[in-house]
Amino acid sequence: MVLPPDGLLRLTPEGLYCPAAGAWIDPVRPVPRALLTHAHADHARPGSGAYWAIASSEGILRRRLGAGIQLHPLTYGQEFRLGDARISFHSAGHVLGSAQIRLEAGGESWLVSGDYKRQADPSCEPFEPVRADGLITEATFGLPIYRWRTGRQVVAELLDWWRDAPTRPSVLFCYAFGKAQRVLAELRQLGVEEEVLLHGAVHALIEPYRQAGVELPPTRPLAELDRGTSLAGRLVLAPPAAATSSWMKRLAGAQTGFASGWMAVRGVRRRRGSGRGFVLSDHADWDGLLRTVRESGARNVLVTHGQGEVLARYLREVEGLAAEPLATGRAAEAEGESSEDQELPGDAVPIQEERAG
Amino acid sequence: MRQFCQLFRQLDRSTGSHERVAALVAHFGSVPPEDAAWALHCLLGKQRRRLLTARRLREIALDATAMPEWLFQASHAQVGDSAETIALLVGGNAESASGLATSPQEGEARVDAALPLHRWMERILPGLAALPEAEQTLEIQRLWRGLSAEEVLVMVKLLTGSFRVGVGAGLVIRALATLSGLESVELQQRLMGPFEPSAAAFNELLRPDPSQERPSSRPYPFFLASPLDAGRLSDLDPAQWLVEWKWDGIRGQLIRRGGAGFLWSRGEELINGSFPDLLEQANTLPDGLVLDGEVLVWPAGQERPEPFAVLQRRLGRRSPSATLLRSMPAAFVAYDLLESEGIDRRKEPLQRRRERLMQLLASGVSGALRLSNDLPLSDWNDLEAWREKARDAGAEGLMLKHLASPYGSGRRRGSWWKHKLEPMRLDAVLLYARNGSGRRANLYTDYTFGLWAAADSTEADAAPLASSPLEGTAPGDGTAAPGQQRRLVSFASAYSGLSDAEIQELDRWIRRHTTERFGPVRAVAPELVFELAFEAVQRSSRHRSGLAVRFPRISRWRRDKPAAEADTLAAALALIPH
Repeated sequence: MVLPPDGLLRLTPEGLYCPAAGAWIDPVRPVPRALLTHAHADHARPGSGAYWAIASSEGILRRRLGAGIQLHPLTYGQEFRLGDARISFHSAGHVLGSAQIRLEAGGESWLVSGDYKRQADPSCEPFEPVRADGLITEATFGLPIYRWRTGRQVVAELLDWWRDAPTRPSVLFCYAFGKAQRVLAELRQLGVEEEVLLHGAVHALIEPYRQAGVELPPTRPLAELDRGTSLAGRLVLAPPAAATSSWMKRLAGAQTGFASGWMAVRGVRRRRGSGRGFVLSDHADWDGLLRTVRESGARNVLVTHGQGEVLARYLREVEGLAAEPLATGRAAEAEGESSEDQELPGDAVPIQEERAG
Repeated sequence: MRQFCQLFRQLDRSTGSHERVAALVAHFGSVPPEDAAWALHCLLGKQRRRLLTARRLREIALDATAMPEWLFQASHAQVGDSAETIALLVGGNAESASGLATSPQEGEARVDAALPLHRWMERILPGLAALPEAEQTLEIQRLWRGLSAEEVLVMVKLLTGSFRVGVGAGLVIRALATLSGLESVELQQRLMGPFEPSAAAFNELLRPDPSQERPSSRPYPFFLASPLDAGRLSDLDPAQWLVEWKWDGIRGQLIRRGGAGFLWSRGEELINGSFPDLLEQANTLPDGLVLDGEVLVWPAGQERPEPFAVLQRRLGRRSPSATLLRSMPAAFVAYDLLESEGIDRRKEPLQRRRERLMQLLASGVSGALRLSNDLPLSDWNDLEAWREKARDAGAEGLMLKHLASPYGSGRRRGSWWKHKLEPMRLDAVLLYARNGSGRRANLYTDYTFGLWAAADSTEADAAPLASSPLEGTAPGDGTAAPGQQRRLVSFASAYSGLSDAEIQELDRWIRRHTTERFGPVRAVAPELVFELAFEAVQRSSRHRSGLAVRFPRISRWRRDKPAAEADTLAAALALIPH
C-alpha cells in the first residue's frame, strides 16, 4: 500500500488527488480544481474548472487550454491555502514556468516533483531543492547509463556541427516547447546573434519566452522566407514529427540532427536513421534523480514514469528508503504534444507532435 | 587507437555512403600500414578472437561502479548491447575531444589511448587477457578511466571479438579502391579468405600489380541471385535459361589446388573440419579446380536430401564422429565450375562452364559429389509446374540462370534469379516479447508465438509442457466445449516482417499488456494474432511444441482475427511431409 486512502494524496481515475485541497495535480481528465506542474500537453489538459500554475506559463496555457480558462497565476515560493492544505510551487528547472508542487496538511507534507532537471538552463528558472516528508519523483531517465553533460557543452558541439556545414541547411529536430528555446538560449549565450529559422510549431512558443525576458537570437518562421531564398548555412529548428512530413521538401539536402536524452543510446540513435544525435535532456539524469531524492529529505518516495521500478528498487535496496513505483496512468493516456517524458524510450521519434501553428 | 575510435565515431554519425567512404579513405590514407591493416581487419568483421568474455568484462564493470547486478541488467535491457552498457556506465570521464586529463592517473591512461591500433591489437589487448584475475581487473579499470565512453565501447568490442560497425564490406572496398586506384572486383577477390593484419599484407593488398601467387585456398566471391520478377518472364526465351533446384543447404566452394582440398562456406569460413567426407571427395578431383555448389546431408540412394535441420547438426561439429558421418553423410551438389586446370573460367558463358562441369563429373566421380539437375522447360508454364514439385524434391525453390551469363560477383540483377516456394503459413498468437538489439534496442521486437493445443493433447510431445510457467492460457475461451480446455503452446519465434510503424505500435501494446516478466522477456495477454510464414516444419525434441520451424517470419498482423481463431498445433503437424 503506497498511498493510504486516508493520506494527504491518493490516486483517482482523474489522477493524483489531494482531498484536503480538493484539487488534482496534472489531472488526466477534467476536474473542478487542477494544480499544474507545467504546460506540456501531457500535464496540462483542457476542461477543468480552475487552474493554478506559475505565472510565466500563463501565455502558453491560455493558448493551449483556451483563452478563457480560470487561471490563478502564482510566483515561485508563494504559499497559499486551498481547503485545509497549504500549497507552494517551486521551480523545477524543466521548462519555462515549470514547478514542483509542495502540499501540506494534517502534519504531513508531500512534494510532487513534476518533470525536472538539475542542470543549468538559460531558458528557465533553476531547480530549487525542497524538503518534504514524502516525494513523488519522475524517473524518465532512471538508469545509470543516463548521465548528462552540461547543456552548454552539448550546444557548443551543436554550434560546431552547424558551422561545419556552410553549404547546406542544418535542421535540428527538438521538442517544440522547452528544448527548442533552451537550444536557442544556449546559442545566444555562446554569442550567436544571427537569425535562426523555425518551424511553425516552434515559432508559436517563442513569444512567451521573450516576454519572460529569456534572451534568444533573432528568429523567423521558415514559412515567411521567400521561396528560392538560399538556406545554405542556415540553422532551422523543427519538432521531430516534421522529419517525415512534406515540410522537409524545402530542406532537401540538409544535414539533420536530433536533440534528446534518448540519443544517449546508440541503438536509438541509429534507429532514427538519419542525422546526428545530441544528448540533451530536460529531465534529470541518474545522478540528478538520486541527488534530488537525498536533498528532499523524504523518507517515502514514489516514482512515476519510465524507470519507476528500477529507481524505486535502487532507493529501497541501496539507499534504504521506503520507495515504490507509482502508476499515475498519465503517460499511457498522453496524447497531442509529445515530449521526452513518454514511457517508451523506444519511441525516440514521438508519435504525434502538435500541429504546426 | 584514438584515430581508429575517431573513424568509428565518424562512421557511426554519418549517414550517407559518400561521407562514410570519405572517412574511410582519410583514415586508411593517413595511418601507417600496420594500423590500416588492423583497421581493415576489424572493419571487415574478421576480428573474431574472443580475448575476454562479456561476462568477465561485466564483472569488472560491476566492480568499478559498485553497482548491483540487477541494475546492470536493467541498463542492458535498455541499451541492448553489453559493450555499450559498460561504456555508458564506466566511460565518459575523459572527453575524447578535449584530450584533457583531470588526474595524473588519467593522464597516463590517455597516453595508452594514444598508442597506435596495432600496439593495442598485438600487445595491449592480448596482454590484458593473459593477466591473473585481480591484476586484470585493476589494469582494465585503469585503462577505462582514461577512455571516453566511445573508446571504452570500441575496446570492449575488440576484447570480446564482437566488433562490428554499421558499414558494409562494400563501402570498405570502395574506399580501398579510391585509395589504390584498383578495381573493386579485384580488391574483393584479393580480400577473400584469410587476411593477416600486417603492414606487409596491407601493402600487398593495395599493390598496383600484385604478385600472381595468391594463397591457393582462396575462394572466388560468390555470385548471388535476385528474387524473380515473374512479370518479366514473357519477354525472355526459355531456351536460353538453365533451371535448377534451389537446394536448402549451405552454399559453398569446393577447391582443389596445390594438392590440397578446401571447402568454403558463403560466409567465407573454411569448413573443412566439419566435412571430412567432402574433402575426401575433393582429393579425387584434378588439381586447379574450383566448384560452386550446395552442401547438403544426402545419404546415397535416398531420393531427396535431409532437411536443413539435419545439416545444421553436421555444421555444428568441428570434427564429426565416424557414426555421425555414416548416419548423416554430406553431399556437394555442384552448380558451377569457376576454375579448371588452374585457369579462371568465370568469364566464360554458363553453358560452357556447365559443359566442363559435366565432363568432370562424368569421369567417374560419384556419391558425395553430384551434378545439379537441369530441369527442362518447353515454355514458361513449365516453370510453375517444377516449382510445385520443389517441396517434394526437398528443394526450397528454383534457380534460373541465363546460359550466356558469366559468373559475376555479389548480387547483380539480370541473369541469375531465384524463385522460391510459396512459404507455409499459420496464424499464431503473440505470447512473449523481448528487446531487440542494435537499432532495435529497447524496442520489443523479438516475438514468440503460440498455437492452440488441447490440454490433454499428446500430439507433438505437448504433454510435458503442462507445468511450464511460460504457457499462455485460453482467455475465457468461449469456443471450447467444457472439459476441452485448450492452451497455447509456444511454436515459433520471429522478429522480421513488421513495418517500423507496426513495430512501434506493437511495442506500445506490449508494454501495456504485460502479464508477467522473466528478466528481459515479457509475457503478454494472448490476444493478438499474426500470420507467420515459414519454409518448413520438422519434428524436434528440443522445442517446446515438439516442432522446429525453418525461417519463420511475420507475414502480416491479423487484426481481423481474435486469438481463439488462431491455428492449432495439429494444423502445424499436418504440414510435416509424409
